[in-house]
Amino acid sequence: MKKWLIPVIVIAVIAFGIYQWAVGFNNTAVEYEADAKTAWSNVESTYQRRSDLYSTVIKTVQGAADFERTTLNEVIEARSKATSVNINIDDLTPENLEKFQQAQSQLKGSFSRLIATFERYPDLKATQQFRDFQAQQEGTENRINVARDRYNEAVNIYDKHTTKFPGKLLAGLFGFEEMPRYQAEPGSEKVPDVNFKFN
Amino acid sequence: MQYLKSIVSKISIVLVIFSVHCSYAQFEIPPKPEFQTSVYDYINLLNASEKSTLEQNLVRYSDTTSTQIVVAIINSTEGEYINYLGAQWGEKWGIGQEKEDNGVLILLAKNDRKIGINTGKGVEHLLTDAMSKRIIDREIIPYFKRGDYYGGLNRGTEAIFEVLNGEYQGTRQSNTTDFPIELFIIMLIVFIILIIAISKSRRGGGGGNRGNRSDRRSLLEAIILSNMGRGSYSRGSSSGGFGGFGGGSSGGFGGGFGGGSFGGGGASGGW
Repeated sequence: MKKWLIPVIVIAVIAFGIYQWAVGFNNTAVEYEADAKTAWSNVESTYQRRSDLYSTVIKTVQGAADFERTTLNEVIEARSKATSVNINIDDLTPENLEKFQQAQSQLKGSFSRLIATFERYPDLKATQQFRDFQAQQEGTENRINVARDRYNEAVNIYDKHTTKFPGKLLAGLFGFEEMPRYQAEPGSEKVPDVNFKFN
Repeated sequence: MQYLKSIVSKISIVLVIFSVHCSYAQFEIPPKPEFQTSVYDYINLLNASEKSTLEQNLVRYSDTTSTQIVVAIINSTEGEYINYLGAQWGEKWGIGQEKEDNGVLILLAKNDRKIGINTGKGVEHLLTDAMSKRIIDREIIPYFKRGDYYGGLNRGTEAIFEVLNGEYQGTRQSNTTDFPIELFIIMLIVFIILIIAISKSRRGGGGGNRGNRSDRRSLLEAIILSNMGRGSYSRGSSSGGFGGFGGGSSGGFGGGFGGGSFGGGGASGGW
């Protein structure tokens, strides 16, 4: 009677321990994943902010009748393209992230070309509106940087949790996939060519 | 011998690479200070009276509005973009109240000749990037150009007050804002155990003088213990960032930094 009871108890205790560990692992992973997803939505909202900011600038310069049409249209097109690339938050794969990144950097590139054409419109540059825009752009770009880095930090915590050895077994079992990090844009190691000459 | 030499040279190469690497390291944000006030002058740019006047102005403003404005003065950001550094700094220290995110960090890098106003997430809609830029350009930089750092900071913070005015009505935080329920439960459990122990000893004592005495002693112990528990609770809570409370307006922020969050808003300017 007692002979079989002891191993059963031991097995039950071990099974309970494993169960507890798995539950703990799963819940922590869920928490980290949620954090990373929140951080991602912050990234998206900062990009949304940039796109909104650009649209106000576009509206302003559209009023100037003789303004360069081709560059402007390019920006408008890039903007609509960039806003159409949306990532489903449950579908954060490296490919999707790259697509998003590409659309955004295209928008940024065409917009900086538009800003470069402002050189030919000194009256436009002198307005308070344009100065405000500059300040807003500075803040917006900073927000994007901050949000991106916080996303990477959150992903880092999540990835570490789900890919370290014993947890990795469970991560596969529960379907926790590695989340992609935000990479530097290709060519961003160069100094950006947006420069405002004022003095 | 040859072998040893090559090892030594390899090690030295590694050391050289490492030290070069270190010199490129970015600015390290100081750890969240124990005494949380409004002015952190790491390079003694302001003299004592200027510093305390500015500090008192900012603490007084925080007392009435709960918006925490912190001025930090450093030599250089060491290549880091000032507003990026400021956003990380404000976030790390948690300037502003947690729910309102109403913190502002003014970061002055003297040798870089740069100043940045970093706005917490909750003040961004009032102190917009454009507004911050205007304050820097119109109010602060003219003083800085003359070398009057105090004048610029004083005028700049006044301008921020004006912009923010009327927002976030709040009172100075008291010590008992967050009541630790866990601690209360633990104390309750300990208390119940003590009660059970007392009642058991009473029942098991079976009357007599000796039983009575031990009964009285354990009751006394229970009272002392529970008092001790309560005492350490209030001490524990005051060490959790509430240091300096009760020192009047010059005693730093009441309630310390509240855990506000910075999303990277604000503007910077140079002179």
